[in-house]
Amino acid sequence: MTIFLNKDSKVIVQGITGGEGSKHTARMLAAGTQVVGGVNARKAGTTVLHKDADGNPVELPVFATVQEAIEQTGADVSIAFVPPAYTKDAVVEAIDAEIPLLVIITEGVPVQDSAEFWAYAKQKGEKTRIIGPNCPGIISPGESLVGITPANITGKGPIGLVSKSGTLTYQMMYELRDLGFSTAIGIGGDPIIGTTHIDALAAFEADPETKAIVMIGEIGGDAEERAADFIKANVTKPVVGYVAGFTAPEGKTMGHAGAIVSGSAGTAQAKKEALEAAGVKVGKTPSETARLLREVYEALNA
Amino acid sequence: MDLYEYQARDLFEKYGVPVLPGIVADTPEEVRAAAEKLGGVVVVKAQVKTGGRGKAGGVKVAKNADEAEEAAKAILGLDIKGHVVKRVMVAAGAKIAQEFYFSVLLDRANRSYLSLTSVEGGMEIEQLAVEKPEALARVDVDPIAGITPEKAREIATAANFPAELVDQVADVFVKLYEVYEKEDATLVEVNPLILDEDGKVIALDGKVTLDENAEFRHAGHALLEDKAATDPLEAKAKELDLNYVKLDGEVGIIGNGAGLVMSTLDVVAYAGENHGGVKPANFLDIGGGASAEVMANGLSIILGDPQVKAVFVNVFGGITACDQVAKGIVGALAELGSTANKPLVVRLDGNNVAEGRRILEEAAHPLVTLAENMDQGADKAAELANAA
Repeated sequence: MTIFLNKDSKVIVQGITGGEGSKHTARMLAAGTQVVGGVNARKAGTTVLHKDADGNPVELPVFATVQEAIEQTGADVSIAFVPPAYTKDAVVEAIDAEIPLLVIITEGVPVQDSAEFWAYAKQKGEKTRIIGPNCPGIISPGESLVGITPANITGKGPIGLVSKSGTLTYQMMYELRDLGFSTAIGIGGDPIIGTTHIDALAAFEADPETKAIVMIGEIGGDAEERAADFIKANVTKPVVGYVAGFTAPEGKTMGHAGAIVSGSAGTAQAKKEALEAAGVKVGKTPSETARLLREVYEALNA
Repeated sequence: MDLYEYQARDLFEKYGVPVLPGIVADTPEEVRAAAEKLGGVVVVKAQVKTGGRGKAGGVKVAKNADEAEEAAKAILGLDIKGHVVKRVMVAAGAKIAQEFYFSVLLDRANRSYLSLTSVEGGMEIEQLAVEKPEALARVDVDPIAGITPEKAREIATAANFPAELVDQVADVFVKLYEVYEKEDATLVEVNPLILDEDGKVIALDGKVTLDENAEFRHAGHALLEDKAATDPLEAKAKELDLNYVKLDGEVGIIGNGAGLVMSTLDVVAYAGENHGGVKPANFLDIGGGASAEVMANGLSIILGDPQVKAVFVNVFGGITACDQVAKGIVGALAELGSTANKPLVVRLDGNNVAEGRRILEEAAHPLVTLAENMDQGADKAAELANAA
């Protein structure tokens, strides 16, 4: 099994006619994702041409709204490639349509917009799982890709991965490519995100196919500390961790809007210590983290 | 982006938050003129983006223009926790009867907003939270509803404001929330919020942090940036649309993706422990599309840092193919010509890596060394920086 996303997932693309939306629709189709259509109010009624994983042409309908796309295609996943200024509206529309899973790739969304759509999702009873914003999305290798993660790094396997960072996700999948992954989720580096480390850890714990978990964090906030508490209380599978940003100085934002050390809060050292106190082995570097994961995985099979 | 106190004061005024008259000044002469204009007792306050300026001698009360000028001489040029004072605000003196605290901020853990309020103001909030946590009222603020007059009264009551003050402070809270919401802030803090001897509630000192992601809907925010205080390389990088942070070290870093670059800084710092203690010189994320132009821009910024002795290019080709990155590096070096004069260690992995490596090997640029992996590349770059 996988978490949140599998080969039967039917995916629509909000912003399918835009540059990024179009490019990644093609990549997702090539990875075997069942993309069934897209949304753009101004181009509703038209179609876009792409190729499926076997190179056969596919014509995807463009709908006016997420609601209409769901009704016409049975879509249960949406991915948003929408400029920051329009992201909140796109998310609210997806929440109103009660799509079960929404992945927001967009970088640079004002944090008050994220706070508002998150509050709105809660008001509406959290019928929509939100991943992102500012994230690479989710991949269940060999089944489906909803995001911008390269599909060819590795295949299906027993490792679950949750990460704040896109390229570190790729790096870790590459380091452990011989083992493979059930699902890898990039949750994003913004101060306010939908799906958290904890949500992914809980899902991996419940997924029989996932045998071991890699959790990648970075400076800023206290999500890793809270994940550590959760692991201690709820996760029986081995978890290996990595935290980026040990050398980041206080008060400087390191690329991600959420990656900032403020005073004594949010340091990599504090996160590492919290994780270790919860029994999580934490690597100093990505390569050491991969080695630790390999060790705990081999110990499972010994 | 953190604002200076005087910028926060101006924003407060714009939204009707009661503040005292204040005039910014950059020289003792300007301070004298400002004090004369305001008349009576004034306070000369250092404008620095750090706390604890009172203790550091950055705030002085002056009874007249002569004293104000003297105070300015003492404060301008003062070093407060590494921030040199270049500007002061001359503010009208306040007759303080009581000091309070109020802030509204982003609450990451709850993915919401939070207000913090106390009738015991004046001390640093971190200190108050530790020493008198019971005196600090934490009230959640719904991002959709915001702070309504009703919510504001709830906050004031939770913080134990006397009944006769509740309506007056609640009105100030509503206006401060307007600043927070309409200006896309992530923090609005008033410390102290005071009650003066005439029974008026006034925001005496403010701190505002604005969300840079929201700049597209606030034309004025870019003007609030203190360009003179920004590192010149960071300013140049911003013009080139590069995500660059200057650090204090010898190994220049270029990578793709914020997480990988942060990780690269760490790995280089560890490697530096074996090579004379060299450290990463910067954070530079060139993002997904590492074209020759972006690579050239990135390299020119890094090579413009005289502290840099060697450069480590660490790219994992995800969407971007490594052959494109390699072409970018070769093109950048050709474009930069003799200004590219420091050794470059390049690690490529991922999408189309074989072709990428072949391109770099074929170009055989004398400054370029190819690394097998991230750890080895970091080690080599640290070694070269230490040897230079």
